[in-house]
Amino acid sequence: MVETSDIRVVRCGGSKVNLTPPIISSDSRFVLCTSGDLVKVYSTRTEEWLHSLQGHTNQVTGITLNPANHLQVYSCSVDGTVKLWDFIDGILIKVHSGLCVSACPECFQLVSVHLPKSAEQEVEAKEMSAVSSHISKNPSCTAFGRGGEYIAFARHLQLNVYFFRKQKTYSFSLKATDKKGAKNAFTCIACHPTDDCIATGHEDGKIRLWRNFIHKKEYTYSTQHWHHNAVNTLCFTPEGTHLLSGGIESVLVQWQYGAGNRKEFLPRLGGSILHISASSDGQLFCTSHSDNKITVIESSFKVCGVIQGLVKDAVLTDLMIDPRSKALVLNGKPGHLQFYSLLRDKHLYNLDIVQQEYIYEAGLDQFEVVKAAFDIKGSWLATVEERGKKSSDLEFFLKLWAFDERTQSFVLNTTITAAHTDRIISMCFSSSEETTMLVTAAEDSQFKAWCQGADADTQQDQNFWSCDFVGSYHKLNPTNCSFSADSSLLAVSFQEVITIWSPDTWEMLTTLCQPPGVIRDLCFGRLSCSKYLLGTTTKNLLCCWNLLTCELEWSTSVDVSKLQPDPFSENVAAFSYQSKHTDLFVFKPSEPRPLFTNKNVCSEKVHRAVFVPREEPLNSCDESTQWLNRSQLYFLTQNMDLLTFSTATEEDRMLSSSKQLVIDDSVAVTPFYLLLGKHRQQQQKLNTQSHPHNMALPLLLRVPGGGLLHTPAHVLPAASVLCSMFVNSFLISNTGVQQDPLRYFVHIWLT
Amino acid sequence: MCLFCVPMPYIRCVVWIMSVWMWKSPEVLLYCRCSEGREPVFISDMASFKPTKVQFLPKLGEKVTEDTLYWKNYKSPVQIKEFGAVTKIDFSPLAPHNYAVTASTRIHVYGLHSQEPIRSFTRFRDTAYGGSFRGDGKLLVAGSEEGLIRLFDISGRVALRQFTGHSKAVHVTSFLSDGFRVVSGSDDLTFRVWDVPSAVELSSITEHTDYIRALAPSKLNPDLFVTGSYDHTVKVFDMRSGSSVMTMQHGHPVECVLLYPSEALLVSTGGRYVKIWDLLKGGQELVSLKNHHKTVTCACLSSVGNKLLTGSLDRHVKVYNSSYKVVHNFDCDASILSMAVAPDDEVVAVGMTNGVLSVRHRKHKKDKETLTSRRRRGPSYRVFVKGKNFVPRQDDFLVSKPVKQYLRKYDKQLKSFEVSKALDTALQTWTRTSKPEVTVAVIIELNRRGTLKNALAGRNEESLTKILNFLLKHIFDPRFSRPLLTVGDIVLDLYRQVLHQSPVVERQLQRLMEVLGREAELQQELLQVLGILDTLFASLTPRKEVAALAALPVDQGPQLQAA
Repeated sequence: MVETSDIRVVRCGGSKVNLTPPIISSDSRFVLCTSGDLVKVYSTRTEEWLHSLQGHTNQVTGITLNPANHLQVYSCSVDGTVKLWDFIDGILIKVHSGLCVSACPECFQLVSVHLPKSAEQEVEAKEMSAVSSHISKNPSCTAFGRGGEYIAFARHLQLNVYFFRKQKTYSFSLKATDKKGAKNAFTCIACHPTDDCIATGHEDGKIRLWRNFIHKKEYTYSTQHWHHNAVNTLCFTPEGTHLLSGGIESVLVQWQYGAGNRKEFLPRLGGSILHISASSDGQLFCTSHSDNKITVIESSFKVCGVIQGLVKDAVLTDLMIDPRSKALVLNGKPGHLQFYSLLRDKHLYNLDIVQQEYIYEAGLDQFEVVKAAFDIKGSWLATVEERGKKSSDLEFFLKLWAFDERTQSFVLNTTITAAHTDRIISMCFSSSEETTMLVTAAEDSQFKAWCQGADADTQQDQNFWSCDFVGSYHKLNPTNCSFSADSSLLAVSFQEVITIWSPDTWEMLTTLCQPPGVIRDLCFGRLSCSKYLLGTTTKNLLCCWNLLTCELEWSTSVDVSKLQPDPFSENVAAFSYQSKHTDLFVFKPSEPRPLFTNKNVCSEKVHRAVFVPREEPLNSCDESTQWLNRSQLYFLTQNMDLLTFSTATEEDRMLSSSKQLVIDDSVAVTPFYLLLGKHRQQQQKLNTQSHPHNMALPLLLRVPGGGLLHTPAHVLPAASVLCSMFVNSFLISNTGVQQDPLRYFVHIWLT
Repeated sequence: MCLFCVPMPYIRCVVWIMSVWMWKSPEVLLYCRCSEGREPVFISDMASFKPTKVQFLPKLGEKVTEDTLYWKNYKSPVQIKEFGAVTKIDFSPLAPHNYAVTASTRIHVYGLHSQEPIRSFTRFRDTAYGGSFRGDGKLLVAGSEEGLIRLFDISGRVALRQFTGHSKAVHVTSFLSDGFRVVSGSDDLTFRVWDVPSAVELSSITEHTDYIRALAPSKLNPDLFVTGSYDHTVKVFDMRSGSSVMTMQHGHPVECVLLYPSEALLVSTGGRYVKIWDLLKGGQELVSLKNHHKTVTCACLSSVGNKLLTGSLDRHVKVYNSSYKVVHNFDCDASILSMAVAPDDEVVAVGMTNGVLSVRHRKHKKDKETLTSRRRRGPSYRVFVKGKNFVPRQDDFLVSKPVKQYLRKYDKQLKSFEVSKALDTALQTWTRTSKPEVTVAVIIELNRRGTLKNALAGRNEESLTKILNFLLKHIFDPRFSRPLLTVGDIVLDLYRQVLHQSPVVERQLQRLMEVLGREAELQQELLQVLGILDTLFASLTPRKEVAALAALPVDQGPQLQAA
């Protein structure tokens, strides 16, 4: 049996950043958000990912700034701990463990926890008291009121307000519907920071402002309506002058508090808005969207930054690798293809395929990219967009995009409106260097070859694509098509029959149909195994044909859900799904003995996988890890988790590199920083040596009134920065460094 | 504030402030970097509305090629009425390129742009035939029904010479390329060569067995000429040997022969066929064209690119490209008897049986320019002069302001979700008639948004007739039929209850039904034809045995170590 100990399945980035509301640090320089079991810290100015707070062992479910110290953040997680971090340095300060995790996943309870003050790092929080069990599982249905005096929470049609001082719950309920067909269920809650007012969002898009809820009977509410679908989130600005709301329309609405219907809009932000948060000075807003994105918005309603995560909610295309940028390509936001760098775990860009205005409306059938393919050099991209899967009239377009060297992006070259009469099932480019040819196979029992070439009539070189050949086989529906490594053969599977065609003459060379079973996947061997053709059938068979003899070389009974050949070696990866877990086999087509087997990779089916080339190849000699030397296997489970395999050597290398790269994380790693950072560190060291107390003042400030006044104003830093330093230079600093917030601030600026 | 509205000294200051501001904001810096030397690129185009995409689907039918464009570029024909059928048109090889038109008992000489004859030769007692110029354009020779051949000076009126000898009508006459001899072919089965100075018959050869109706002298050799006759043959004669040196079988009575300028290729027309012969290969048939459906009476070559033109009794002139595919087609009112193209293709003159000479002149760029310059009227210089003459200095920092997105009216309405208004805008008369694809694009967009029903609902009789008229006009256009059928369905669904209230709408629906029924029948017939063709093709293709190789029993190869 092959040893699997040094290869393990790891989650590789691209997790959700939109699960919880992002928070903005009080100085508006950082945005914190949860991402899987991490808390990620981004810069608001550069949108750069600075570092992450690692420590939780399960999904982080919430983060909030420490009200006592704005440089610290609390995070809670499904693993039953609440942790306190210094988010600038990424240091774990305290762990409160012992929060019970309920056995029943369906019942939710609101619990107040007393976090004991103690100097120890690990504290067990024991004091817990249940507030209510009438609570929605949606966290945005809970909000603290003015100064933390009360907490408001809602479930279905009931709004509850719990007053901490009185230890009493008042509840107000609405009717389920009224005459006009309103749907009154609560979807979100926000409390005014200075006023006794609770804003609630409802399923039909209404926003109600509740007042006077201290009295059980004499409460009042006013209703405002703009959203046409459920209000997803509400947020008051810190001063309480405005109320922000967002929903599926992806329009951020700013209501003026107490001014009735006066409002402002910021439309077309991306996916539907899930959360809104505001910075403590009210200068920045953050919205997180369903397409795994955080938008940073200035208070003047101008988008100033976008933090985009990997979108993988509805992946319809295969996972692909852009041959030029080596980025992972898959469905992005609606109607787009996203290019995502796996190495840097960073979203590169979106390519607008559909080029139509996306209407944010629930249940609307819109164009979606369903197929995409790159040619071998990355100079052509073919996409298929589709609409009307549910209704009878299917509309789809085949589009061909050429890479433009000047703009470094893909430019639309040809749109084919009626490429086939029915849905395109499979699509592939020929892999030869000289001529590029696209083959599409569709449900109208035809496959077509498309060429970019000269038109016989005009005798002019055209640079757009036209149909070159239409092939069919006994009116059977094709299921797959694939080119051999040298593009001399084209294999098209028609239900149970595989037909082999020569693309030069469009002659059918042979058919392979043994043993019977509808072909599910088809791929040619590479390099030394290029004489083999692999196919998987619905009858749980993996077959390998020898194309020289046209005979079945070997076959084995595995239920293969995905067959993925490595373009850089002979290896082929097969994911098989058996009794609620997925196994992986890696083998060479020439020999049926697997090189590597991994049982129970994950518990769901795997339908999409891709081999990603490594930047620098590993040089492992071990047979079981050799297949990962030149490329890395990524796969997407049905739960849309992107997983990969990591080897021991790789982890060693990463560990050593992370030790080398000890740069101070509080500053964005910009080119400027790399240039100036070293110099500053030296300077800082110098300063601390000569003036141990007066920690870090630049030379020009050392002599008050001297250097400062004689320097031209335009080379000086901003006055706000100088001021604090200037004042600080007059202070008699004490030795207890940690307690001095001003000192701390100076420290941050200098590093 | 527009940057160009600021007086000059301030611009530099503003630019400096801008540059400092840009240094602080990397996003703007990036924007500026992009704008250098290329069109402005939007860093975040997220907030912009994407306008409705109008699809330009190619029209079905003939492709527009350069040849088509070239031959389309003629003005509408000038019609000149002659006294009888125009049997011969010949252009003078000299500069003003006058042309002689032989019709009935006279020969008229027209100038290139005149509609009145410059000169006419009327001294024919019977029908004149085959008036053709000498190589220097000074003499003109013509045969006639009575058998006489007359030679005219182009400036005189009376015939300089008369050649007598033919016993029957002389249909074709021509100068040999030395200019001193005239060759003529006659219905008495002979052709004769005459000496011009002495008016003496030099030789008479009888080799054809039927009327001689076609003649083409060689321009390179004064002793060679080609004749075509109703005895289905084309012969090449050499006066030095005094007999035919080559005979080609055309297969139909030959109406016209034509030599290419290189004289390696020979064109003969007769019956419905146009045949090209390769003389260098000893008279081998190169191509046989059958593009007319009546007798091809005349052929000529264009002087630009030597394109072949043929005219026929079926009232068409066809233009062939160098690979002998028809690239253009002129339609005429009557059967064509004669045709000629002026040097540089300036004029195409076509003579017809009804005595009408139709002359097409080439369009010139100059004419077009005067037309367009009158039409286009831009904003006046005085209003838009601000900043136009500003010349940036070398170290100036270019700050490009974001380009404002201009939306069409229907896009603006779609942006604010006013669907009915957007449909109304798209159905405005001008859009509807001249740009139906825009109307259809808006309909498709509404359908995609799921609001087409809302947009179509609640209309009065007037606007409903507008929609129905549009449907009637375009529902069969294969480019538009799919979305328009959806519109038809929705209209019927919406207004079923109230249709009978308006006789206008009812009549239109009746018409729509009729037209749709006709179209369905047509489609059915087409499918039947397709089926017939399929069986024909299937029986024609040679049956190939596909080696069924993979029919081997299941190979129980070594199993994966899976279980």
